[in-house]
Amino acid sequence: MLPEQRDSITNTFLVTLVLCVVCSLLVSTAAVALKDMQGKNKLLDRQKNIVEAAGLSTGSGELNAKEITDMFTDGTIEPKVVDLQTGEYVTDTAIASDSFDERKAAKDESMNAVIDASKFRIGIEKREKYTWVYLVKDKQGELKQVILPIYGKGLWSTMYGFVALNGDLKTISGLTYYEHGETPGLGGEVDNPKWKKQWHGKQVWRGESTDAMLAVGVAKGIATTENLPYMVDGLSGATITSRGVDRMIKYWFSSDAFGPYIENLAAQKGDSHVSTNP
Amino acid sequence: MLAPTPKQVLIDPVVNNNPITLQVLGVCSALAVTTQLSTALVMCIAVTLVTAFSSAAIAALRNYIPSSIRMIVQMVVIASLVIVVDQILKAYFFPISKTMSVFVGLIITNCIVMGRAEGFAMKNTAWMSFLDGIGNGLGYSAVLMLVAFVRELFGSGSLFGFPILAKVTEGGWYMPNGLLLLSPSAFFLIGILIWIVRTLKPSQVEEA
Repeated sequence: MLPEQRDSITNTFLVTLVLCVVCSLLVSTAAVALKDMQGKNKLLDRQKNIVEAAGLSTGSGELNAKEITDMFTDGTIEPKVVDLQTGEYVTDTAIASDSFDERKAAKDESMNAVIDASKFRIGIEKREKYTWVYLVKDKQGELKQVILPIYGKGLWSTMYGFVALNGDLKTISGLTYYEHGETPGLGGEVDNPKWKKQWHGKQVWRGESTDAMLAVGVAKGIATTENLPYMVDGLSGATITSRGVDRMIKYWFSSDAFGPYIENLAAQKGDSHVSTNP
Repeated sequence: MLAPTPKQVLIDPVVNNNPITLQVLGVCSALAVTTQLSTALVMCIAVTLVTAFSSAAIAALRNYIPSSIRMIVQMVVIASLVIVVDQILKAYFFPISKTMSVFVGLIITNCIVMGRAEGFAMKNTAWMSFLDGIGNGLGYSAVLMLVAFVRELFGSGSLFGFPILAKVTEGGWYMPNGLLLLSPSAFFLIGILIWIVRTLKPSQVEEA
Protein backbone atom coordinates (compact mmCIF):
# COMPACT_ATOMS: atom_id res chain seq x y z
CA MET A 1 0.00 0.00 0.00
CA LEU A 2 1.34 3.45 -0.89
CA PRO A 3 2.17 5.74 2.02
CA GLU A 4 -0.36 8.41 0.85
CA GLN A 5 -3.10 5.84 0.70
CA ARG A 6 -2.08 4.33 4.02
CA ASP A 7 -2.10 7.67 5.82
CA SER A 8 -5.40 8.87 4.34
CA ILE A 9 -8.23 9.68 6.72
CA THR A 10 -10.44 6.95 5.25
CA ASN A 11 -7.82 4.30 5.83
CA THR A 12 -7.13 5.54 9.36
CA PHE A 13 -10.79 5.14 10.25
CA LEU A 14 -11.01 1.80 8.49
CA VAL A 15 -7.98 0.33 10.27
CA THR A 16 -9.22 1.61 13.62
CA LEU A 17 -12.66 0.15 13.08
CA VAL A 18 -11.50 -3.27 11.89
CA LEU A 19 -8.88 -3.53 14.60
CA CYS A 20 -11.32 -2.63 17.37
CA VAL A 21 -13.90 -5.14 16.17
CA VAL A 22 -11.37 -7.96 15.80
CA CYS A 23 -9.74 -7.28 19.16
CA SER A 24 -13.00 -6.97 21.06
CA LEU A 25 -14.21 -10.22 19.51
CA LEU A 26 -11.00 -11.92 20.59
CA VAL A 27 -11.16 -10.62 24.13
CA SER A 28 -14.86 -11.30 24.65
CA THR A 29 -14.57 -14.81 23.20
CA ALA A 30 -11.78 -15.61 25.64
CA ALA A 31 -13.71 -14.11 28.56
CA VAL A 32 -16.95 -15.93 27.80
CA ALA A 33 -15.36 -19.27 26.92
CA LEU A 34 -13.27 -19.38 30.09
CA LYS A 35 -15.81 -17.92 32.50
CA ASP A 36 -17.15 -21.23 33.84
CA MET A 37 -13.68 -22.56 34.47
CA GLN A 38 -12.68 -19.37 36.29
CA GLY A 39 -15.81 -19.42 38.40
CA LYS A 40 -15.11 -23.01 39.40
CA ASN A 41 -11.54 -22.13 40.34
CA LYS A 42 -12.68 -19.22 42.49
CA LEU A 43 -15.27 -21.30 44.32
CA LEU A 44 -12.87 -24.18 44.82
CA ASP A 45 -10.21 -21.84 46.13
CA ARG A 46 -12.62 -20.43 48.68
CA GLN A 47 -13.85 -23.86 49.74
CA LYS A 48 -10.28 -25.10 50.01
CA ASN A 49 -9.47 -22.27 52.38
CA ILE A 50 -12.50 -22.98 54.50
CA VAL A 51 -11.45 -26.61 54.76
CA GLU A 52 -7.91 -25.52 55.61
CA ALA A 53 -9.05 -23.09 58.29
CA ALA A 54 -11.07 -25.88 59.85
CA GLY A 55 -8.00 -28.09 59.81
CA LEU A 56 -9.99 -30.81 58.06
CA SER A 57 -7.25 -31.41 55.53
CA THR A 58 -4.63 -32.55 58.05
CA GLY A 59 -3.60 -36.17 57.97
CA SER A 60 -3.90 -37.18 54.35
CA GLY A 61 -1.99 -34.14 53.07
CA GLU A 62 -3.43 -31.97 50.30
CA LEU A 63 -7.05 -32.64 49.51
CA ASN A 64 -8.02 -32.87 45.90
CA ALA A 65 -10.80 -30.88 44.28
CA LYS A 66 -13.37 -33.67 44.54
CA GLU A 67 -12.83 -34.33 48.24
CA ILE A 68 -13.31 -30.64 48.94
CA THR A 69 -16.48 -30.33 46.86
CA ASP A 70 -17.82 -33.48 48.53
CA MET A 71 -17.53 -31.94 51.99
CA PHE A 72 -19.84 -29.17 50.87
CA THR A 73 -22.36 -31.45 49.20
CA ASP A 74 -22.53 -34.21 51.86
CA GLY A 75 -23.26 -31.78 54.68
CA THR A 76 -19.94 -32.01 56.54
CA ILE A 77 -19.69 -28.26 56.00
CA GLU A 78 -22.91 -26.29 55.97
CA PRO A 79 -22.86 -22.70 54.71
CA LYS A 80 -25.32 -20.23 56.30
CA VAL A 81 -25.93 -16.52 55.99
CA VAL A 82 -25.93 -14.60 59.28
CA ASP A 83 -27.23 -11.16 60.17
CA LEU A 84 -24.30 -9.71 62.07
CA GLN A 85 -26.34 -7.23 64.09
CA THR A 86 -28.85 -9.70 65.51
CA GLY A 87 -26.71 -12.79 65.24
CA GLU A 88 -29.60 -14.71 63.70
CA TYR A 89 -29.54 -16.73 60.51
CA VAL A 90 -31.08 -14.95 57.55
CA THR A 91 -34.13 -16.83 56.31
CA ASP A 92 -35.04 -14.37 53.57
CA THR A 93 -34.12 -16.34 50.45
CA ALA A 94 -33.71 -13.11 48.52
CA ILE A 95 -30.54 -12.55 50.54
CA ALA A 96 -29.50 -16.03 51.66
CA SER A 97 -29.09 -17.58 48.23
CA ASP A 98 -26.09 -19.40 46.84
CA SER A 99 -25.15 -16.34 44.87
CA PHE A 100 -24.92 -14.06 47.92
CA ASP A 101 -21.57 -12.31 47.68
CA GLU A 102 -20.51 -10.67 50.94
CA ARG A 103 -17.84 -8.59 49.21
CA LYS A 104 -20.36 -7.04 46.87
CA ALA A 105 -22.68 -6.51 49.83
CA ALA A 106 -19.97 -4.60 51.69
CA LYS A 107 -19.92 -2.06 48.84
CA ASP A 108 -23.70 -1.84 48.49
CA GLU A 109 -25.20 1.06 50.48
CA SER A 110 -28.34 -0.91 51.30
CA MET A 111 -26.40 -3.96 52.43
CA ASN A 112 -23.57 -2.49 54.48
CA ALA A 113 -22.97 -0.98 57.89
CA VAL A 114 -20.36 1.48 59.13
CA ILE A 115 -17.52 0.13 61.27
CA ASP A 116 -17.02 2.28 64.37
CA ALA A 117 -13.65 3.82 63.50
CA SER A 118 -13.13 5.21 67.00
CA LYS A 119 -13.14 1.69 68.44
CA PHE A 120 -11.81 -0.43 65.63
CA ARG A 121 -9.08 0.64 63.26
CA ILE A 122 -8.96 -2.21 60.79
CA GLY A 123 -8.57 0.13 57.82
CA ILE A 124 -12.03 -0.66 56.48
CA GLU A 125 -14.86 1.84 56.68
CA LYS A 126 -17.89 -0.31 55.97
CA ARG A 127 -18.67 -3.96 56.28
CA GLU A 128 -21.54 -6.10 55.01
CA LYS A 129 -24.66 -6.50 57.19
CA TYR A 130 -24.98 -10.16 56.36
CA THR A 131 -22.21 -12.65 55.80
CA TRP A 132 -21.51 -16.31 55.24
CA VAL A 133 -20.56 -18.59 58.11
CA TYR A 134 -19.73 -22.27 57.76
CA LEU A 135 -20.82 -24.87 60.28
CA VAL A 136 -18.82 -28.07 60.56
CA LYS A 137 -20.81 -30.89 62.10
CA ASP A 138 -19.99 -34.49 62.91
CA LYS A 139 -22.09 -37.48 61.90
CA GLN A 140 -24.45 -37.03 64.87
CA GLY A 141 -25.11 -33.43 63.87
CA GLU A 142 -23.14 -32.05 66.83
CA LEU A 143 -21.44 -28.69 66.07
CA LYS A 144 -17.72 -29.29 65.85
CA GLN A 145 -16.52 -26.01 64.43
CA VAL A 146 -17.80 -22.76 63.11
CA ILE A 147 -15.80 -20.97 60.45
CA LEU A 148 -16.04 -17.20 60.20
CA PRO A 149 -14.77 -14.98 57.40
CA ILE A 150 -12.55 -12.10 58.54
CA TYR A 151 -10.77 -9.29 56.77
CA GLY A 152 -8.88 -6.10 57.39
CA LYS A 153 -5.93 -4.06 56.17
CA GLY A 154 -2.36 -5.27 56.51
CA LEU A 155 0.53 -3.17 55.25
CA TRP A 156 -0.18 -3.13 51.52
CA SER A 157 -3.47 -4.88 51.09
CA THR A 158 -6.75 -5.96 52.52
CA MET A 159 -6.20 -9.43 53.90
CA TYR A 160 -9.06 -11.88 53.59
CA GLY A 161 -9.16 -15.02 55.67
CA PHE A 162 -11.13 -17.47 57.74
CA VAL A 163 -10.95 -18.20 61.43
CA ALA A 164 -12.30 -21.47 62.78
CA LEU A 165 -13.77 -21.64 66.27
CA ASN A 166 -14.11 -24.92 68.14
CA GLY A 167 -17.46 -26.40 69.15
CA ASP A 168 -17.00 -24.88 72.64
CA LEU A 169 -17.14 -21.45 70.93
CA LYS A 170 -14.20 -20.24 73.00
CA THR A 171 -11.16 -21.82 71.41
CA ILE A 172 -9.67 -21.08 68.01
CA SER A 173 -8.89 -24.13 65.96
CA GLY A 174 -7.36 -22.49 62.93
CA LEU A 175 -6.76 -19.31 60.98
CA THR A 176 -5.85 -18.93 57.35
CA TYR A 177 -5.62 -16.11 54.83
CA TYR A 178 -6.67 -16.85 51.29
CA GLU A 179 -6.04 -13.48 49.75
CA HIS A 180 -3.53 -10.81 50.64
CA GLY A 181 -0.77 -8.77 49.02
CA GLU A 182 1.73 -8.60 51.87
CA THR A 183 5.49 -8.71 51.23
CA PRO A 184 6.59 -12.28 50.55
CA GLY A 185 8.91 -13.47 53.31
CA LEU A 186 7.89 -10.69 55.74
CA GLY A 187 4.17 -9.96 56.07
CA GLY A 188 3.55 -12.77 53.62
CA GLU A 189 4.61 -15.14 56.39
CA VAL A 190 0.98 -15.11 57.53
CA ASP A 191 0.84 -18.04 55.11
CA ASN A 192 3.62 -19.87 56.95
CA PRO A 193 2.15 -23.14 58.28
CA LYS A 194 4.30 -22.84 61.41
CA TRP A 195 2.87 -19.47 62.28
CA LYS A 196 -0.67 -20.52 61.43
CA LYS A 197 -0.31 -23.55 63.69
CA GLN A 198 0.20 -21.25 66.69
CA TRP A 199 -3.41 -20.17 66.48
CA HIS A 200 -4.59 -23.65 67.25
CA GLY A 201 -5.97 -23.78 70.79
CA LYS A 202 -5.84 -20.05 71.54
CA GLN A 203 -8.58 -18.81 73.85
CA VAL A 204 -10.63 -15.93 72.50
CA TRP A 205 -11.76 -14.53 75.84
CA ARG A 206 -9.92 -14.08 79.12
CA GLY A 207 -11.91 -14.94 82.22
CA GLU A 208 -15.26 -16.66 82.58
CA SER A 209 -18.87 -15.50 82.73
CA THR A 210 -20.08 -12.05 81.85
CA ASP A 211 -16.94 -10.05 82.58
CA ALA A 212 -14.80 -12.03 80.15
CA MET A 213 -12.50 -9.85 78.09
CA LEU A 214 -11.62 -10.24 74.45
CA ALA A 215 -7.98 -11.31 74.68
CA VAL A 216 -7.05 -13.09 71.49
CA GLY A 217 -4.50 -11.38 69.27
CA VAL A 218 -0.98 -11.04 67.99
CA ALA A 219 1.74 -10.12 70.46
CA LYS A 220 4.49 -7.58 69.78
CA GLY A 221 7.43 -9.93 69.37
CA ILE A 222 7.13 -13.21 71.21
CA ALA A 223 3.99 -13.92 73.23
CA THR A 224 4.77 -13.79 76.97
CA THR A 225 3.92 -16.67 79.29
CA GLU A 226 1.02 -14.65 80.61
CA ASN A 227 -0.35 -14.01 77.13
CA LEU A 228 0.41 -17.43 75.72
CA PRO A 229 -3.10 -18.87 76.10
CA TYR A 230 -4.49 -15.99 74.03
CA MET A 231 -1.82 -14.60 71.76
CA VAL A 232 0.46 -15.74 68.97
CA ASP A 233 3.94 -14.37 68.24
CA GLY A 234 4.20 -11.30 66.05
CA LEU A 235 5.86 -11.74 62.68
CA SER A 236 9.37 -10.30 62.69
CA GLY A 237 9.93 -7.61 60.10
CA ALA A 238 6.18 -7.27 59.64
CA THR A 239 5.00 -4.98 62.42
CA ILE A 240 2.16 -3.44 60.45
CA THR A 241 0.90 -6.75 59.06
CA SER A 242 0.94 -8.25 62.58
CA ARG A 243 -0.93 -5.24 63.94
CA GLY A 244 -3.45 -5.59 61.13
CA VAL A 245 -4.07 -9.22 62.02
CA ASP A 246 -4.38 -8.33 65.69
CA ARG A 247 -6.87 -5.55 65.06
CA MET A 248 -8.97 -7.50 62.61
CA ILE A 249 -9.29 -10.55 64.84
CA LYS A 250 -10.27 -8.36 67.78
CA TYR A 251 -12.82 -6.61 65.64
CA TRP A 252 -14.47 -9.67 64.16
CA PHE A 253 -14.84 -11.34 67.56
CA SER A 254 -16.21 -8.16 69.16
CA SER A 255 -19.84 -7.42 69.89
CA ASP A 256 -19.86 -5.18 66.81
CA ALA A 257 -19.26 -8.11 64.48
CA PHE A 258 -19.67 -11.84 65.20
CA GLY A 259 -20.28 -11.34 68.96
CA PRO A 260 -24.09 -11.59 68.86
CA TYR A 261 -23.92 -14.62 66.60
CA ILE A 262 -21.50 -16.45 68.87
CA GLU A 263 -23.66 -15.63 71.91
CA ASN A 264 -26.68 -17.04 70.08
CA LEU A 265 -24.83 -20.22 69.25
CA ALA A 266 -23.75 -20.57 72.88
CA ALA A 267 -27.30 -20.00 74.12
CA GLN A 268 -28.52 -22.73 71.80
CA LYS A 269 -26.06 -25.06 73.42
CA GLY A 270 -27.38 -24.00 76.85
CA ASP A 271 -24.05 -22.46 77.64
CA SER A 272 -24.39 -18.92 78.90
CA HIS A 273 -20.87 -18.15 79.96
CA VAL A 274 -19.59 -17.09 76.60
CA SER A 275 -19.56 -13.36 76.63
CA THR A 276 -18.50 -10.98 73.94
CA ASN A 277 -17.56 -7.89 75.88
CA PRO A 278 -15.02 -5.88 73.92
CA MET B 1 23.77 -3.24 6.40
CA LEU B 2 23.22 -6.95 6.04
CA ALA B 3 19.75 -8.30 6.74
CA PRO B 4 19.88 -10.38 9.91
CA THR B 5 19.38 -14.12 9.61
CA PRO B 6 16.55 -15.79 11.54
CA LYS B 7 19.10 -17.40 13.84
CA GLN B 8 20.67 -14.05 14.68
CA VAL B 9 17.29 -12.53 15.34
CA LEU B 10 16.47 -15.34 17.74
CA ILE B 11 19.78 -15.65 19.57
CA ASP B 12 21.13 -12.09 19.63
CA PRO B 13 18.70 -10.67 22.22
CA VAL B 14 19.63 -13.37 24.74
CA VAL B 15 23.12 -12.00 25.45
CA ASN B 16 24.43 -9.55 22.89
CA ASN B 17 21.35 -7.37 22.68
CA ASN B 18 19.57 -8.31 25.87
CA PRO B 19 16.40 -6.26 26.42
CA ILE B 20 17.12 -5.77 30.12
CA THR B 21 20.90 -5.48 30.36
CA LEU B 22 21.55 -3.55 27.14
CA GLN B 23 18.28 -1.92 26.19
CA VAL B 24 17.30 -1.51 29.89
CA LEU B 25 13.63 -2.15 29.17
CA GLY B 26 11.04 -4.00 31.25
CA VAL B 27 12.85 -3.49 34.54
CA CYS B 28 9.63 -2.81 36.49
CA SER B 29 8.28 -6.32 36.19
CA ALA B 30 11.76 -7.74 36.75
CA LEU B 31 11.59 -6.21 40.23
CA ALA B 32 8.06 -7.27 40.97
CA VAL B 33 7.80 -10.95 40.12
CA THR B 34 11.25 -12.26 40.95
CA THR B 35 10.84 -13.22 44.60
CA GLN B 36 9.92 -16.75 43.56
CA LEU B 37 11.10 -18.80 40.61
CA SER B 38 7.67 -20.22 39.82
CA THR B 39 5.99 -16.84 39.41
CA ALA B 40 8.99 -15.53 37.47
CA LEU B 41 8.76 -18.51 35.12
CA VAL B 42 5.08 -17.93 34.38
CA MET B 43 5.78 -14.24 33.84
CA CYS B 44 8.58 -15.12 31.41
CA ILE B 45 6.36 -17.46 29.40
CA ALA B 46 3.58 -14.88 29.32
CA VAL B 47 5.86 -12.03 28.23
CA THR B 48 7.58 -14.20 25.60
CA LEU B 49 4.27 -15.26 24.08
CA VAL B 50 2.79 -11.78 24.15
CA THR B 51 5.92 -10.24 22.59
CA ALA B 52 6.09 -12.90 19.88
CA PHE B 53 2.44 -12.79 18.88
CA SER B 54 2.03 -9.03 19.12
CA SER B 55 5.17 -8.49 17.04
CA ALA B 56 3.95 -10.98 14.45
CA ALA B 57 0.50 -9.39 14.30
CA ILE B 58 1.88 -5.88 13.99
CA ALA B 59 4.43 -6.92 11.36
CA ALA B 60 1.64 -8.53 9.33
CA LEU B 61 -0.33 -5.29 9.48
CA ARG B 62 2.64 -2.93 9.12
CA ASN B 63 1.82 -1.88 5.56
CA TYR B 64 -1.72 -0.93 6.49
CA ILE B 65 -1.15 0.84 9.77
CA PRO B 66 -1.39 4.65 9.29
CA SER B 67 1.67 6.24 10.88
CA SER B 68 -0.45 8.75 12.80
CA ILE B 69 -2.10 6.04 14.90
CA ARG B 70 0.58 3.34 14.86
CA MET B 71 1.29 3.49 18.60
CA ILE B 72 -2.38 3.18 19.41
CA VAL B 73 -2.71 0.20 17.08
CA GLN B 74 0.27 -1.48 18.76
CA MET B 75 -1.22 -0.79 22.18
CA VAL B 76 -4.59 -2.27 21.23
CA VAL B 77 -3.03 -5.45 19.86
CA ILE B 78 -0.79 -5.87 22.90
CA ALA B 79 -3.56 -5.11 25.40
CA SER B 80 -5.92 -7.62 23.77
CA LEU B 81 -3.29 -10.36 23.88
CA VAL B 82 -2.48 -9.63 27.51
CA ILE B 83 -6.14 -9.85 28.49
CA VAL B 84 -6.40 -13.21 26.74
CA VAL B 85 -3.29 -14.45 28.58
CA ASP B 86 -4.71 -13.20 31.87
CA GLN B 87 -8.00 -15.02 31.25
CA ILE B 88 -6.21 -18.26 30.40
CA LEU B 89 -4.09 -18.04 33.54
CA LYS B 90 -7.17 -17.47 35.68
CA ALA B 91 -8.86 -20.49 34.12
CA TYR B 92 -6.02 -23.00 34.13
CA PHE B 93 -3.33 -21.76 36.51
CA PHE B 94 -5.42 -20.20 39.24
CA PRO B 95 -2.96 -20.40 42.17
CA ILE B 96 -0.19 -18.84 40.09
CA SER B 97 -2.44 -16.16 38.66
CA LYS B 98 -3.31 -15.26 42.25
CA THR B 99 0.31 -14.65 43.19
CA MET B 100 0.92 -12.67 39.99
CA SER B 101 -2.17 -10.52 40.64
CA VAL B 102 -1.83 -7.19 38.86
CA PHE B 103 1.47 -7.93 37.18
CA VAL B 104 -0.08 -9.93 34.37
CA GLY B 105 -2.11 -6.87 33.41
CA LEU B 106 1.05 -4.81 33.64
CA ILE B 107 2.63 -6.78 30.78
CA ILE B 108 0.74 -4.22 28.69
CA THR B 109 3.07 -1.55 29.99
CA ASN B 110 6.17 -3.71 29.68
CA CYS B 111 8.42 -1.61 27.46
CA ILE B 112 9.95 -4.66 25.81
CA VAL B 113 6.68 -5.58 24.10
CA MET B 114 6.02 -2.09 22.81
CA GLY B 115 9.71 -1.51 22.11
CA ARG B 116 9.96 -4.55 19.84
CA ALA B 117 6.70 -3.71 18.10
CA GLU B 118 7.85 -0.19 17.29
CA GLY B 119 11.55 -0.91 16.83
CA PHE B 120 11.47 -4.17 14.89
CA ALA B 121 8.04 -5.35 13.82
CA MET B 122 7.19 -2.16 11.92
CA LYS B 123 10.10 -2.80 9.52
CA ASN B 124 10.26 -6.60 9.22
CA THR B 125 8.20 -9.57 8.08
CA ALA B 126 5.78 -11.32 10.39
CA TRP B 127 7.95 -14.45 10.72
CA MET B 128 11.12 -12.50 11.55
CA SER B 129 9.18 -10.40 14.05
CA PHE B 130 7.80 -13.51 15.66
CA LEU B 131 11.34 -14.87 16.09
CA ASP B 132 12.50 -11.49 17.37
CA GLY B 133 9.69 -11.57 19.93
CA ILE B 134 10.66 -15.06 21.08
CA GLY B 135 14.32 -14.04 21.21
CA ASN B 136 13.65 -10.94 23.29
CA GLY B 137 11.33 -12.95 25.50
CA LEU B 138 14.14 -15.43 26.08
CA GLY B 139 16.59 -12.64 26.85
CA TYR B 140 14.12 -11.21 29.35
CA SER B 141 13.52 -14.68 30.80
CA ALA B 142 17.25 -15.36 31.21
CA VAL B 143 17.68 -12.25 33.35
CA LEU B 144 14.46 -12.79 35.30
CA MET B 145 15.25 -16.40 36.12
CA LEU B 146 18.76 -15.50 37.21
CA VAL B 147 17.50 -12.74 39.51
CA ALA B 148 14.67 -14.95 40.83
CA PHE B 149 17.15 -17.78 41.46
CA VAL B 150 19.32 -15.58 43.68
CA ARG B 151 16.36 -13.92 45.40
CA GLU B 152 14.47 -17.10 46.19
CA LEU B 153 17.56 -19.08 47.23
CA PHE B 154 18.99 -16.47 49.59
CA GLY B 155 15.75 -14.72 50.50
CA SER B 156 13.59 -17.75 51.25
CA GLY B 157 16.13 -20.59 51.24
CA SER B 158 14.21 -22.49 48.60
CA LEU B 159 14.06 -23.06 44.83
CA PHE B 160 10.70 -23.44 43.10
CA GLY B 161 9.24 -23.70 46.61
CA PHE B 162 11.40 -26.67 47.62
CA PRO B 163 13.49 -25.93 50.70
CA ILE B 164 17.22 -25.98 49.88
CA LEU B 165 18.73 -24.08 52.79
CA ALA B 166 17.10 -25.01 56.11
CA LYS B 167 15.75 -21.79 57.61
CA VAL B 168 16.23 -20.80 61.25
CA THR B 169 12.47 -20.36 61.61
CA GLU B 170 12.03 -23.99 60.64
CA GLY B 171 14.73 -25.31 62.91
CA GLY B 172 17.64 -25.06 60.45
CA TRP B 173 20.76 -22.92 60.31
CA TYR B 174 20.09 -20.45 57.50
CA MET B 175 19.05 -16.92 58.38
CA PRO B 176 17.19 -15.66 55.29
CA ASN B 177 18.24 -12.28 53.94
CA GLY B 178 15.10 -10.19 54.13
CA LEU B 179 16.47 -7.52 51.78
CA LEU B 180 16.38 -9.98 48.90
CA LEU B 181 12.62 -10.23 49.25
CA LEU B 182 12.17 -6.51 48.77
CA SER B 183 12.19 -4.85 45.36
CA PRO B 184 15.43 -2.85 45.78
CA SER B 185 17.45 -6.08 45.86
CA ALA B 186 16.43 -6.78 42.26
CA PHE B 187 17.84 -3.38 41.34
CA PHE B 188 21.19 -4.31 42.88
CA LEU B 189 21.20 -7.72 41.20
CA ILE B 190 20.32 -6.31 37.78
CA GLY B 191 22.92 -3.58 38.27
CA ILE B 192 25.59 -6.14 39.10
CA LEU B 193 24.50 -8.24 36.13
CA ILE B 194 24.77 -5.29 33.74
CA TRP B 195 28.21 -4.54 35.18
CA ILE B 196 29.38 -8.14 34.58
CA VAL B 197 27.98 -8.28 31.07
CA ARG B 198 29.55 -4.97 30.10
CA THR B 199 32.91 -5.93 31.60
CA LEU B 200 32.92 -9.10 29.51
CA LYS B 201 31.63 -7.29 26.41
CA PRO B 202 33.12 -3.77 26.44
CA SER B 203 31.36 -3.02 23.13
CA GLN B 204 28.10 -2.66 25.08
CA VAL B 205 29.39 0.23 27.15
CA GLU B 206 27.73 3.49 26.18
CA GLU B 207 29.89 6.53 25.62
CA ALA B 208 29.71 8.93 28.50
